[in-house]
Amino acid sequence: MITRDEVAHLARLSRLALSDQELDHLAPQLDQIISAVAQVQEVAAEGIPPTSHATGLTNVFRDDEPAPCLSPGQALSQAPAEELQRFKVPRILVEE
Amino acid sequence: MTVMYEEALQKYEPVFGLETHVELGTRTKMFCGCTTVFGADPNTQVCPVCLGLPGSLPVVNRLAIEYAIKIGLALNCSIASWCRFARKNYFYPDMPKDFQISQYDEPLCADGYLDVLVGGETVRVGIERVHLEEDTGKSLHVGGATGRIQGAEYSLVDYNRAGIPLVEIVTKPVPGTGYMAPEVAKAYVTELRDVLRSLGVSDVRMEEGSMRCDVNTSLSVLGSGVLGTRTETKNVNSLRSVERAMHSEIERQAFVLDTGDRVIQETRHFHEDTGTTTSGRSKEEAQDYRYFPEPDLVPVAPASSWVEEIRASLPELPSARRSRLLSAWSLSELEFEALRNAGALDVVEATVAHGASPADARKWWLGELARKANDAGVEVSSLPITSEAVARVSALVSAGTLNDRLAREVIDGVLEGEGTPDEVVEKRGLAVVSDDSALLSAIDEALAANPAVAGKVRSGKVAAAGVIVGAVMKATGGKADAARVRELILERLS
Amino acid sequence: MSELITKTAAELAAAVASGEVSAAEVTAAHLARIEAVDGQVKAFLHVASDAVAQAEAIDAKRAAGEPLGPLAGVPVAVKDLFTTVGMPTTCGSRILEGWHPPYESTITSRLRDAGAILIGKTNMDEFAMGSSTENSAYGPSHNPWDLSLVPGGSSGGSAAAVAAYEAPLSLGTDTGGSIRQPAAVCGIVGAKPTYGGSSRYGVVAFASSLDTPGPLARNVLDTALLHEVMSGHDPMDSTSIDAPVPPVVEAARHGDVSGMRIGVVTDLSGDGYQPGVLSRFAEAVELLESLGAKVTEVSCPHFKYALPAYYLIAPSEASSNLARFDGMRYGLRAGSGSAEEVMAQTRAEGFGAEVKRRIMLGAYALSSGYYDAYYGKAQQVRTLIIRDFQAAFEQVDVLVSPVTPTTAFPIGERADDPMAMYLADLCTIPSDLAGNAAISVPCGLAPENGLPVGLHVMAPSMADDRMYRVGAVVEAALQSRWGHPLLAEAKGLAS
Repeated sequence: MITRDEVAHLARLSRLALSDQELDHLAPQLDQIISAVAQVQEVAAEGIPPTSHATGLTNVFRDDEPAPCLSPGQALSQAPAEELQRFKVPRILVEE
Repeated sequence: MTVMYEEALQKYEPVFGLETHVELGTRTKMFCGCTTVFGADPNTQVCPVCLGLPGSLPVVNRLAIEYAIKIGLALNCSIASWCRFARKNYFYPDMPKDFQISQYDEPLCADGYLDVLVGGETVRVGIERVHLEEDTGKSLHVGGATGRIQGAEYSLVDYNRAGIPLVEIVTKPVPGTGYMAPEVAKAYVTELRDVLRSLGVSDVRMEEGSMRCDVNTSLSVLGSGVLGTRTETKNVNSLRSVERAMHSEIERQAFVLDTGDRVIQETRHFHEDTGTTTSGRSKEEAQDYRYFPEPDLVPVAPASSWVEEIRASLPELPSARRSRLLSAWSLSELEFEALRNAGALDVVEATVAHGASPADARKWWLGELARKANDAGVEVSSLPITSEAVARVSALVSAGTLNDRLAREVIDGVLEGEGTPDEVVEKRGLAVVSDDSALLSAIDEALAANPAVAGKVRSGKVAAAGVIVGAVMKATGGKADAARVRELILERLS
Repeated sequence: MSELITKTAAELAAAVASGEVSAAEVTAAHLARIEAVDGQVKAFLHVASDAVAQAEAIDAKRAAGEPLGPLAGVPVAVKDLFTTVGMPTTCGSRILEGWHPPYESTITSRLRDAGAILIGKTNMDEFAMGSSTENSAYGPSHNPWDLSLVPGGSSGGSAAAVAAYEAPLSLGTDTGGSIRQPAAVCGIVGAKPTYGGSSRYGVVAFASSLDTPGPLARNVLDTALLHEVMSGHDPMDSTSIDAPVPPVVEAARHGDVSGMRIGVVTDLSGDGYQPGVLSRFAEAVELLESLGAKVTEVSCPHFKYALPAYYLIAPSEASSNLARFDGMRYGLRAGSGSAEEVMAQTRAEGFGAEVKRRIMLGAYALSSGYYDAYYGKAQQVRTLIIRDFQAAFEQVDVLVSPVTPTTAFPIGERADDPMAMYLADLCTIPSDLAGNAAISVPCGLAPENGLPVGLHVMAPSMADDRMYRVGAVVEAALQSRWGHPLLAEAKGLAS
């Protein structure tokens, strides 16, 4: 059973500013989905390797050769705000 | 606020670990073909991939893998036969995809060590892992105080650095170094820098941020055997800061523990100006990176033949070089460290290669030339004189063509751009007077001017000959070979 | 209705190449059709303003005697998650409204090189999450068979555009069935190539390890033609397979099942399947047997865990893939305050309910403490499903099943019932998890409601040609039985 608090935590982790109303609506839906997908836990999978990639490919590399870049104009063309040829973003609270 | 360092070490045992990020010197980024020139105009080295534009996909730079394997081998690691990239998920404006492609539980290289020399003793620092990841962009904080993030009104982001290949080198916890801990940490970073430089995989410039350290520190009560809570100090961007940051953090934690508080597991930031750390975000408050295998990249499985090929291509590493030079040059560890710390190893070795004796080569580079470099405020190796020239000066001294004083003048001439040592000797007329007849006439004049001294020498007081030598040297403008002058005086008076 | 819009892509390409008709005329006819019906179908989010110019460039090339590509002059509708220079790319989301990508996807670029006319961008469930197009921020598309019904999804706009004769070909993407399910419920053909067979570069990601671009068309040969042009190795996509494209066009031209071993997946039938879907499927299997195929029953015991495994893997990858939509570099920026606050408000405002649900579900499945029980377990189930396929393909050449348990459902019916919606992909998900190829081919109308039913043919990885061989036979046999293509029976706009 996933609690409303856990749902609120997931929303914060996912950077989603959800209203109380949305949380109320989402919490039971998520709970229902999670109980359904928990079915995978019934499967006897001991010793079964996980598959993250279905192609079986390995070692796909490129050479260290320069390729054309975008122009700064193209790079910044879709920016919500720019200044000094840089992406302008609101103040950052937490230092990484 | 703090307790004195010495006092702290009487009660607590520091355990430290270092995470070092090194930008690799590939021409292009980790996952795209954008160039990586330092200091380029903002957002001129970006493309859909490193800007994280929707729909773009990463492709691994083969040379970055090769460099990382090189580093792993140099650090005595085992190389994974199969590993994957993973996504580290967190939101941050300078990270274009809001996740970083990194490696999680399957690093490319693991379980190695690096021996470092501190005060003549070797300390083995265990290497936990070496893995590859991508760098982030750079933010400029506008408004507020002095470009700091605190109090800024907004930030401006340049993604040129985003996607530059980074290798993260993580040590195992290092216990048992006691009050030497900060010094050992600094020596480790120094040695690591030298290893990386010798491998040619990075320009390892801490001042340009191509090598950056996070310093983990914890204290345990002496003899308790219980590990303390560790803090992670970021922004440690010079060798000296590594030492200072740990020193300050040991004092701070000792104070916290002494007052009965507990150390909080957190990120701390080091400030160069004050030499102290301040609290960043607490790691206890839900930083869940939700790592999972990067689905846009396929696994990396370096063939053992490739790894062996890379191993065979490794240059001589600093530690091997140390043992070789210690025996070849009959140096003590301390003498070696002095050479290395002066940054003179390469030039001395090259001077020896050009025929000088190791002792002479060291004498010149650590003496006269080190002083010149110090006066000029540059590295000794960047003085405008070649190892070949120094070797030639040394040879001229051995041959008796120059004495020490003249040799120093020749070096001045070379540094001033007057040409090769031989050209300077020629132009400045600096060769010692080796013509015995010219010396003899000067000796005769000196004896005539100092009859009392001449008498003393004749009567067996050989030491008195020094006065005559001095007079001859003065008369020849210092160009005489003092030993030869002495010989001639004694012959004359015997 | 102009005759040009009912022609096949193969016919149009031939007519343009021979000069019988100009690319401009073909394009104009389709633009007119869009103008006439798209107000009701709502298949398109954007119609290319330069479509006629693209066509004129083809005509100029032909006039100059330059070689023309295999799709010269053929309009293609593009799902709105392929990046296109000169046309916006929204992914059906408010968060990307007005985004003009500065780069072109590999596939659309190959289509341009092949002479295709990119006629517009089609509607879809937001970020390809859904089975009905109702999750589009720009409103649902409508099923041309009956405008009150969904066209399926997430490539619903692409399926509807083809079924409504607005374009002979369209591009979709299939992550859990998003090409095959809309193709089935719109009565057209849709193929999911082998994962890695078609490039994802420039395809906005939903779930990276599953997303597979593929073709939709009104018949098997046209589907194969587009499949062949769009496929092949792309060095920009690390998961792209460096091998020749399977001979799909050849297979579509020479359908033949005599001696072919066909396995009916017994696990993909029974409760929850609409009777008419099962009966049409059974008839198709009988047809194949009568045409010389050796039909056996095959059990894939882990397929029943495919849906839950999918709803862990896809949302997990999506939660990470969609993190970048944070209002910092492109797209919507909403709210005020710090960067952290603006990100959270932008995402709350820019994403729809289903996207939010899946992002949070994915964050949950990847969280420390839950990873092993959810994401990790799902990855193991994925291995078991791959092994089920491997075992089955040792006995048979292809597997068959219905495409989706029901025919098209009414708009609104499942809109706020995610679990019911998810069932639409029950049969299609296993091939996505395994990375295999699969196709949906019309096999008749469900007797109870007269709506189209699809036959699902699954082939091993890089054996895409096999499913075309089967599809072509079924199509030819059924059309000769009916006397016309299935679409001709449509009562709505698809006629």
